[in-house]
Parts: sequence; C-alpha cells; structure tokens
Amino acid sequence: MAAMLEIKNLHARLTDGREILRGIDLSVNAGEVHAIMGPNGSGKSTLAAVLAGRTGYEVSEGTVNYIGRDLLAMEADERAREGLFLAFQYPVEIPGVNNMYFLRTAVNAQRRHRGEPELDAGQFLRVVRSKLKLLDIREDLLQRAVNVGFSGGEKKRNEVFQMAMLEPRLAILDETDSGLDIDALKIVAHGVNQQRAPDRSIVLITHYQRLLNYVEPDRVHVLQAGRIVQSGDKTLALELERRGYGVVEDAA
Amino acid sequence: MTASTETLQTVRSLSQAGYKYGFITDIEAETAPPGLSEETVRFISTKKQEPEWLFEWRLAAFRAWREMTEPNWAKLQLAPIDYQAATYYSAPKQNAGPKSLDEVDPELLRTYEKLGIPLREREALAGVAVDAVFDSISVATTFKEELGKLGIIFCSMGEAVTEHPELVRKYLGTVVPQNDNFFAALNSAVFSDGSFAYIPPGVRCPMELSTYFRINAAKTGQFERTLLIADRGAYVSYLEGCTAPQRDENQLHAAVVELIAHEDAQIKYSTVQNWYPGDSEGRGGIYNFVTKRGACRGARSKISWTQVETGSAITWKYPSCVLEGDHSTGEFYSIAITNNRQQADTGTKMIHIGKGTRSTIISKGISAGLGQNTYRGLVRVQPRAEGARNHTQCDSLLIGDRCGAHTVPYIEVRNASARVEHEATASKISEDQLFYCRQRGLSAEDAVSLIVNGFCKEVLKELPMEFAVEAQKLLAVSLEGSVG
Repeated sequence: MAAMLEIKNLHARLTDGREILRGIDLSVNAGEVHAIMGPNGSGKSTLAAVLAGRTGYEVSEGTVNYIGRDLLAMEADERAREGLFLAFQYPVEIPGVNNMYFLRTAVNAQRRHRGEPELDAGQFLRVVRSKLKLLDIREDLLQRAVNVGFSGGEKKRNEVFQMAMLEPRLAILDETDSGLDIDALKIVAHGVNQQRAPDRSIVLITHYQRLLNYVEPDRVHVLQAGRIVQSGDKTLALELERRGYGVVEDAA
Repeated sequence: MTASTETLQTVRSLSQAGYKYGFITDIEAETAPPGLSEETVRFISTKKQEPEWLFEWRLAAFRAWREMTEPNWAKLQLAPIDYQAATYYSAPKQNAGPKSLDEVDPELLRTYEKLGIPLREREALAGVAVDAVFDSISVATTFKEELGKLGIIFCSMGEAVTEHPELVRKYLGTVVPQNDNFFAALNSAVFSDGSFAYIPPGVRCPMELSTYFRINAAKTGQFERTLLIADRGAYVSYLEGCTAPQRDENQLHAAVVELIAHEDAQIKYSTVQNWYPGDSEGRGGIYNFVTKRGACRGARSKISWTQVETGSAITWKYPSCVLEGDHSTGEFYSIAITNNRQQADTGTKMIHIGKGTRSTIISKGISAGLGQNTYRGLVRVQPRAEGARNHTQCDSLLIGDRCGAHTVPYIEVRNASARVEHEATASKISEDQLFYCRQRGLSAEDAVSLIVNGFCKEVLKELPMEFAVEAQKLLAVSLEGSVG
C-alpha cells in the first residue's frame, strides 16, 4: 500500500530558536486512522501546524512526502487544495462572513484547483443538507458568521462538518475532542467514523484516550519531547490511560 | 477591428445621420490660461453661456474664496497646492489621451480585467480618445424619456441652468452656501458641470439614477456640482461614480453635492470613489476635497449617504445631514480604504435641529501599507431637538503594522432629552484568520478580501445590489499586495 504521508527525521523550531520537533518519523497509509498522543508540550500541535504550513516555524531538517510530493515546498493554501485538512484546536472567528458562504468559497477554490466546475448556491445547499444529516448540525449554524458566538462544541462540530464538505485525502484533527462534553464527543466521533474511507487517511491528535473509545485507530503513537517514542496498536492507548505518560518516558 | 475603431465608426455614422444627442461638439479645444481671477470666472461663465445671475453668484463665491485660507485641521499631510498654476476651464479635448489600449499602463488594464469591465468601457476609462460610446448615449436617452413621463428632471447642471433656471436658482447654494468653506467656495466659482435631478411630489423614481455610464462622469470630475431635490413624498436613489479607477490628469478635485428632501421625501445617495490613488511610493494621485451635504427640510424626510472610498491620494470628505424637519432621519454608511501612502480624513456631520430627529453613523476604516485613515464626525443636537437620537459605530481594521487608524468624534448636545451613543473598535487582520482561510484552500489575497468584506458587511448591504457586487471586487483590488 502506498504511503499517503511519509515523515522522515523531521526537525522544526520556533523563530526564537527553540527546537520543538526533534526527529519525527511517521508513515500513514491511505485508509488508515492514526492517533498521536502525548503530554502537553510534547510537540503534538506543532506537528499539525508544520504539516499544514503555518508560518512561525522553521524546518531545519528532514522531509515530508505527501501523495508523492514534497509537502514542505508547498504553500499552506496549496496543501489545502491538494486535500490536506486541519481541524483546528481553536477555530478562528471571522466576523461578518457567513459560515455557508465561507465554506462555499473554500469548496469552490478546491474544485477550481481540480479543474471541476464550481457549485452555485443551490447545488451547494443540496450537498450541505446531505452532509448535515451525518453530523447532527442545525442549519442555522451555517447562517451565522464563521465561528462567531459559537459554543466550544459548536466550533468543533463545525470543523468536522467542514471536513465532511471538503472531503480531504488527509485530515489532521488537532485536539478536536478537548473541551467537549460526552454527548458532543460522541457526535464528533460519529462524524469522523462516517468519514473513514479507503482513500482517506486520518490523523487524530489527542491528549486523552477517551476519543479512542469511539474512534478506533489502526495505529497509536506516543509523542514525547519532539520524538515519537513508542508506536503500537489501539491497546497502547488503553495502556497509557491506565499507567500515564510517565511509563513511556521511562521506557524511552 | 479594435473596439475603439468600431466605436468611432458607430459614432461617425450616427453623427452623419444628424444624431442630436451626440457628445461631439464643434468647439475646438479651448483652455483658459492658468490661474484664477475674476477674469477666469467670467471666461468660464461666458463659455458656458450662463445667465448674468449665475455669473454674479460665481463671482461672489470667488470673492469669498479669495479671503479664505485652506483648512488645516484634518489629519492630512500634503504639499502646498498652487491654485494659480492650475487650469480651471478646458473644453473637452480631442485626441489628448493615449491612442489605443497599447499605450495604456498595463497595471491599470489588469485592474479593469479583474473588475470585469467591458472592453469598450476600459478604453474610455483609460482615457483612450474615443469620442463617445454608442451604448451609453442610447441608453441615457431612453432613460430620459421614461423619466420625463413621470415629470422627473434628470440632466446635466449646465442643461438645468438653461432649461430649468427657476429650480436651479431656488435651490443652488441653499445647502452649501458659496462661502461655506475654502473648497466649496472654489467649486462655486469655477464649477464645470455635474448632475441635476428633480423628483416631483409623490413620485417614486423607478430606477437608480446615476451619473453612470462611467464615461459620462469622466470629464466632469474635477469641479463637479450636483443638486438633487426630492419634493414632498418623493423617493430617489442616486448612484455616483464608478467602480473602476479612472485615469485623470487633474490633481485637484473639489466637488460639491447638495441634496434637498422635502416633507416625507427620501434620498439615498451612494458613491463609489476610485480615483487614481498614486503609486506605491506616493507619487501622483488625486487630491479629493469634497463638500457633500443634505438638508432634510420637511417633516419625516430622510437622507441616506453610503460611500465606498478606495481611491485618491488625499480624501477630505464629510457627507452630512442637516435634520431640520421634525422626525427626519439622517444616515451615513462609509467604507474608506487607505493603502500604500493614501490618506483619508472622512466622516460626517449630523445636525439635529427638529424634534425627534434620528441619525445613524456606521463607519468602517481599513488601513494597509502606510495608509492613514481618520474618521472625523460631528453629532450636534440643537436646543429644540427634543428626543433626538444618534447611534455612531466606528470600526477600524489594520492590515500590517505600518499604517494608522484614528477616530475623532465631536459630540455637542444642547438638549437634555437627547440620546447619543458612540462605539468604536480597532482590530487587526490576524495571522490566525489568514491561516484559517488559507488552510481551507483560499489564496492569501482571497483570504484578505473575504475578511475585509466581512468587516464591511453592514455598509455593503446598504448599496444597491449590482453596485455592491462591484464594490466587493473593488475592495479586493484596492488591497492587492497588502499582505506578503
């Protein structure tokens, strides 16, 4: 099976020189769901940011191959148009911009990129309605300004909804489970499960094991001080839950 | 065949057939000698074959202007203007501009393309020597006939002076007197032309009136004078300007607009101003000093100003409402963008005189590059204005860290029952917002445009539909290059 994402010896630091990622190796195949776990400050969110092309980080070493291309050479928006999606830990508010309009602009930017015709408002609405059913999102959420006045749970659901609309090849979910009550967590997990597909890879970044009760990963990795220190199947997550990250730290 | 030759042929064939609405005149290019004196004023008045009273009116303005000094209270930095070096009258020049689009600045052409301006209009906007554009002549004529049936008068100021002297004489200068301010006095002395509209009692103007056809407005820009009157219970929506940047050799613009709304009348006045802003180093660009004021003369009348100001190197402009009639309403919705080295000092004055008068001010200032953007607004409640209400909201958006936004509200309340509210915010387009948009696949430029349009939404929705769509595109074009 071809790797969707192949990270080799990735080092990255902040502009102030602090090194956060210290040699990440990770390979994710099409159709797989990987969970990346680790304590606060281990570099989980930095990894997501570097993969998505956020500014403010410098890659000092290593390579990232995505669908056979050099990911690090691509601009952030090009990565997105090539099917890389990041569900934000803290979704950003854009006042005055209708959520539906925002999403249609994004969908059409990606369709244009693929040489497909753009969707008009009517066609788009039909697609929206079919996807809304999947995620238990009320349509009025789409008529509000992007993330403005959304509750924490609404923001996260909106991220998963955007993912459903954009149909990415590779989705990275950065602590999408944090701050959710159990009902919201189930809804988000359901949304993610609905989107598992043979041609799609999903990377779940999470601090806690509880999301993995609802989304069953193929692989679990433990990130510690900027390196993946242990990998295993879903039982690793359970072990971490029981014994804490300290165990792994000792093992490393 | 290029569009210009095609147009020329159309026009030629029309004029041979004696087409009486053609813009072409036999007057050879005639230009007054540079400088401003009583002789210049007489020269202009004579050239325009004006009646004696108007000449005297201009002369009074000139004499007032001579005694005045330029206002210097605005937050604007500009080189001194030599008023004696400028030319104040120039008959329409033939073949003065570039001969074809090949000679036009490619940057300007690229902008037209982005705005989706039809080819023939692009030529006219860029100042290519096209004598007239067939489409707009015929369209304008058709409109005029239709409006005439309703008793609506809509014509150039010059034509109004000849055809409807009683109306012009009755209203001209009653809202903005000749000696109102330095630039209004200058305009009154030398105004070239402009638009005139009169809507008779009870008539709702069935279409958006417009100086339109981008082309028509092009040559009257420098000292334009506009006068609109909505008689009792009448309604009119007026669109000024065009959404494409116009080539213009005149550095100094000083326009005056006067609006009069009688009892129960409504005037909605929308402007998109996109004169040449100068280059990124601040060379060139129009100095735009405009006096716009509306008088709500009658009870329950309403005047609403909406402006999108993206052009000019210097913008000095305060469209105002004098709320004389009881329960009359004034509104001001504004978007002002300054990019590169542009400077804008703009806002409004709401003068509450009548009882129960209400006003709303929503101002959105966007600064990018080295742009400086100032909102300056006065809300005055006179002693008789029992129960007057005002709500003001001023929002500033900064792009980058070398630009400036300033808010200068003046509030004078002389009636204890009045309620006046002022809200102001300032924010920056954040890296987070840009990254969020780009992560969904939008280019950096599209992301800025989306965020800015969201910021301006409350004002954009006040614009007539087709104008709003063009204005949105224009916001994007004006901010090009503002993010790295």
